[in-house]
Parts: sequence; structure tokens; C-alpha cells
Amino acid sequence: MTIVLRDITKVYQMGDNIVNALAGVSLDVAAGEFTAIMGPSGSGKSTLMNILGCLDRPTSGSYSLDGEGVAKLSDDALAVIRNRKIGFVFQSFNLLPRMSALQNVALPMVYAGADRHSRLEKAAHALALVGLSDRQHHKPNELSGGQRQRVAIARSLVNDPAIIMADEPTGNLDTKSGNEIMEIFRDLNNQGRTVVLITHEPDIAACAKRVVHMRDGKITRDERN
Amino acid sequence: MFWESVLIALDGLKANKLRAFLTMLGIIIGVGAVIAMVSIGMGVRQKVETSIAGLGSNLIIVMPGATTPSGVRLAAGSSTTLTNADARAIGREIAGVSAVAPSVQRSYQLVYGNQNWTTNILGTTPEYLDVRNFAVAAGTCFTNQDIDTRARVAVIGKTVADNLFGDVSPLGQTMRINKAPFRVIGVLEAKGQSSMGQDQDDIVIVPLTTAQERLLGVTWLQNINVQADNPEVIDKVQEDITVLLRARHRLQSGVPDNFTVRNLAAVMATAQETTGTITLLLGNIAAISLVVGGIGIMNIMLVSVTERTREIGIRKALGATFNNILLQFLIEAIVIGVTGGFIGIGLGLAGSYAISYFAGWNTVVSPLSIIIAFVFSVMIGLFFGLYPARKAALLDPIEALRYE
Repeated sequence: MTIVLRDITKVYQMGDNIVNALAGVSLDVAAGEFTAIMGPSGSGKSTLMNILGCLDRPTSGSYSLDGEGVAKLSDDALAVIRNRKIGFVFQSFNLLPRMSALQNVALPMVYAGADRHSRLEKAAHALALVGLSDRQHHKPNELSGGQRQRVAIARSLVNDPAIIMADEPTGNLDTKSGNEIMEIFRDLNNQGRTVVLITHEPDIAACAKRVVHMRDGKITRDERN
Repeated sequence: MFWESVLIALDGLKANKLRAFLTMLGIIIGVGAVIAMVSIGMGVRQKVETSIAGLGSNLIIVMPGATTPSGVRLAAGSSTTLTNADARAIGREIAGVSAVAPSVQRSYQLVYGNQNWTTNILGTTPEYLDVRNFAVAAGTCFTNQDIDTRARVAVIGKTVADNLFGDVSPLGQTMRINKAPFRVIGVLEAKGQSSMGQDQDDIVIVPLTTAQERLLGVTWLQNINVQADNPEVIDKVQEDITVLLRARHRLQSGVPDNFTVRNLAAVMATAQETTGTITLLLGNIAAISLVVGGIGIMNIMLVSVTERTREIGIRKALGATFNNILLQFLIEAIVIGVTGGFIGIGLGLAGSYAISYFAGWNTVVSPLSIIIAFVFSVMIGLFFGLYPARKAALLDPIEALRYE
């Protein structure tokens, strides 16, 4: 199992109100699975995504990622886990505007401590995987939305992570670009990558092999297509 | 990782060149001001030191009369307690003395042809020239034989030669001092003004005995100039002279000295202290601008951290640790400090040169002030960069990613 979640809860204090964003979530994701997590806004899927992506720690419960317990790690240890084991793809791309596509893709390897030469080589390879070899030296604002998201996917791949986490990856794209992006995810999954996708669009979720439905901080349905 | 951080920081600065330069300007002006101001202070110090050293090295001056804390006394030098025998005794009995030159002086009118000039006539021994750093430019100085015979010969300073003789060569000419004829046998090399603004070339030197007996009609001395062998023994020599003179003058213990022994090293130390204070004052004023420059760095870095919150979030999501982010912003601040420091050193050197060129002030750039100003600018970058950098490094990645 790549992801093993047991009884995860997350409680936020919002002023006087206590919000139970996650109320006991248990979930297993095997290596090579393509899972979509679906739910309306406020269902807790973003909170779950933050915890799965090691951006946040659960209030209680255990989380094992790629065989390593990560629920109680320090900020810096989580940063290392994010760097080594998780590739992020965000809705708003989150590329650094001053850097070229190649440099953006190479960025996670900077923090992994790889030398400059191997960084650029691997980054070029990752860009080739998403079909952007001819756009290496373009800045993000010189690329279309679909191309930007493909750069972001290349960036998520470059450190060879255990899972790729995609948070509404098609949310800012037109249908055609969105379909292309989903095609890439499907290809990656077919090559054996573990992909976890967060979305509220049923069409997008339908691309995944497994759909987990959430509501009010709980998993309500877990179905395989 | 360190060099990566440097490259990332340089990149961040390049993205906002004008802003980085304006921030740097505070440091540039601060460092430049420190170096220029300290160079002025050091220039004053050097000038004072050279002029004091010009009076004679390792010089001890013995004067009759005592400085007393109470009671009305005549001015030091106006009493008659020092004798030629005292001077000889100092030369004979005290170790570490290389030369002794007793002297008397009074102002007289000189006459040559239809010219006249009033100046100080100094009666002394040939050693005086060595002790007080005088040199004979033309002719010779009188000898001990001239002292024995009370010869009417004189060595004159440049100012006297110019004013009394004009274009005529003074050597071999006879002038009158207080109506008595004196033959000019030498002209002194010009020494210029003393630190007190006195013209040291406005002087006539004659043999001691000639001055005492033919001009002043006295047997006592106004000064004994003593040169010590080296700076290490000068305090010891000063003490020994006091002990010797007290014994020779038969002063009981408890009776105050009837002479004063002054040591130019002490005068020098006082002057150095004064000029040191001036340097410190100027340096401090300039250092304030350096601190203001540092606050400018902090201000801009805080703006920069806020502006780049999203970038920090992305970097953290991709695996940047606390130290990675801290280093990135800290290095940005230090780069501003260091670059500003380098340019500031250039500005300070140029400024100090300009001051000495246009205002005619003596300026001395000390390597130490450059090093200190530079180290300070790095420290300021570090100190004022630390808070904003820490703030950036502590950002929560989720919050930072959500920041618009």
C-alpha cells in the first residue's frame, strides 16, 4: 500500500466555532492506482488533500506514506517528504513567473540537492514526457494554460515521487486543454504512477479508475469504475 | 545548497533592480560616510602628530618654576632656579640621555643695512639643532669653542633671512642684535609652522654664553631641552631628572619642585586622545547613517517577503525547508549589504580624495576603517535581514499558497 490512512480527523478553531473538517477518514491507496476524490465544497476534500500531500498534519489518526509514518513529523521532515515522495499539480499551476519552464521543472531537485547538470537533464526529460520539449526556455506567461499545467505536471514528476497529487488540475482550463491534461494523467497511470486527483466535476472523476466520494468530512462512497 | 541559495537570492534581486539599488544606497552612503569621515579624523591626527614630532623626538623640557595648584605664582620659566651647572649635571649623571641643550631667549630688534626685524634670539648649544630637529641649510652652526669664547656669531631662520636680507646672501654678513654686531654663519632649513601656528623659522640662534652674558646679562637658564635615547626610557629619564634637580636644589621632601619637567610624549598622548575623540565622533555620526541604511534593508525585505508569499508557498510545497527559505532571504539582505559596502568603500575613497583635493584638508584613509565599515555593512545586512527572512521561513505553506 502506498497510502494508509486510519481514523484521520482534522479540527479547526474558527473564532468560537470548532470545525470538524475531517471526522474519521480511513483510506488505502495501492501503488499504481488512479484515485479521484470527489465531493462538494466544504466536504473536507481539500483538507484531506493537504494532509495526503503532507502540507498539514492531522489532529488525530495515523498516516503512512510509502511505508513511512508521517502524521507526527516536524515541518522540516514534512518538507523533505514532500520533496521526495509527492508531486503536486495545482489548480492555479503555481509556477514561478520569473523562471523558464525548464527552471520551474528543475526547482524540486534544487531542494533535493541534485547538481545543476543532472537537474537540467532530468527536467528536460520530464518536459519531453509532457510534450513540451520545444518550450523549455519560455516563461510561464508565454505559455497557454494547458501548457502551463503540463509544465506543472513535469515538475511533479521530476523527483520520481511515490504519488502525484492533483488538486482540481483542470479547474482553470477549457474543456479541450482539460481533456489533454487528463490524457496525460491517464498515460502516467498506465506507466505505473500512483495518481490522486481531487475534483468536484463528475466528468473528470470518471477518468479515474476509482472514485472516493466525500461529504461533511467523511467518506460516503468508494467505487471502482 | 549554499551556492544555490546565493543564486536564488541574486535572481530575486535582479527581478527588482531599481528597488535593490535604492535599498543599497542607504548602505553605500553609510559606508562611504564612515570612511570619508574617519579619513578626515585620521588626517587631523596625522597632522598633529607630525607637527609634534617636528618639535623633536623623545624630547623632555625642563623649565624653572613650578606649576602649583594654589597661590599666585609667576609664570613657569620666569624664575631663576635653573643653571648651566644643572644642565651639565643632567648630561653627566643621567643614563639614557643622548643630548642636552640648555637655552635662554628674549625678543630683540635686528638691524641690517636699512632693514630691521624683531624676533626671538635664542642662546643655546649646538646640540639644540639635533634635539629640536633643526638642520643647517647653508653655512655652519657655531661650535663649543664659540660658546667658550662668547663669540658674536648667529645662525638665522629662513623667515629672518628673507625679511632682513632679502635677496642678499646672509652668510658672512654682519647684523646688529640690540646694537651689538653679530656675524651670520649659517641659515636654518625651513621648518614651517608648528602645531600651535607659530612660525618656527622666525628665529636667531646664538651661542648660549653670548646670549646670557652679552645680551641678557643673566647666569640662569630658561629651558633645558633633553633628548632621551628612545621612547621606552623617556619616563624614567623624566623621573631621574626630577630626582637629580631636587637634590641639586636641596629641596626637602614635602617642598614642591621649583622647576617643571615636561615630556612631549605626554603632550603627544593628549593630542592623540583629542584627535581620537574627533575621529570617533565623526565616525559615529556616519555610523548612524549606516544603521538607517540597515533599517532600509529591513523595510524592503519585509515588503519583499509579503510580495513573494506565494513564491514562498510554492517553494515550500516543493520541499524547501525552513533553512532553505531563511537562507534565501538572508542572503538577499547580505548581498545588498555587501554590494552596498563595496560601492560605499569606493565612494568613501573618492570622497576622502575629493575632500583633500578641493578643501585642502589632510585626509588619511586607514585600511582598518575600510575593513570595519565593510564588516559592519555585512553585519547590518545579516541583522536587519534576519527578521524578515525568519518571517518568510515560518510561513505556513497552505496559507502561503492561498495568498493572492
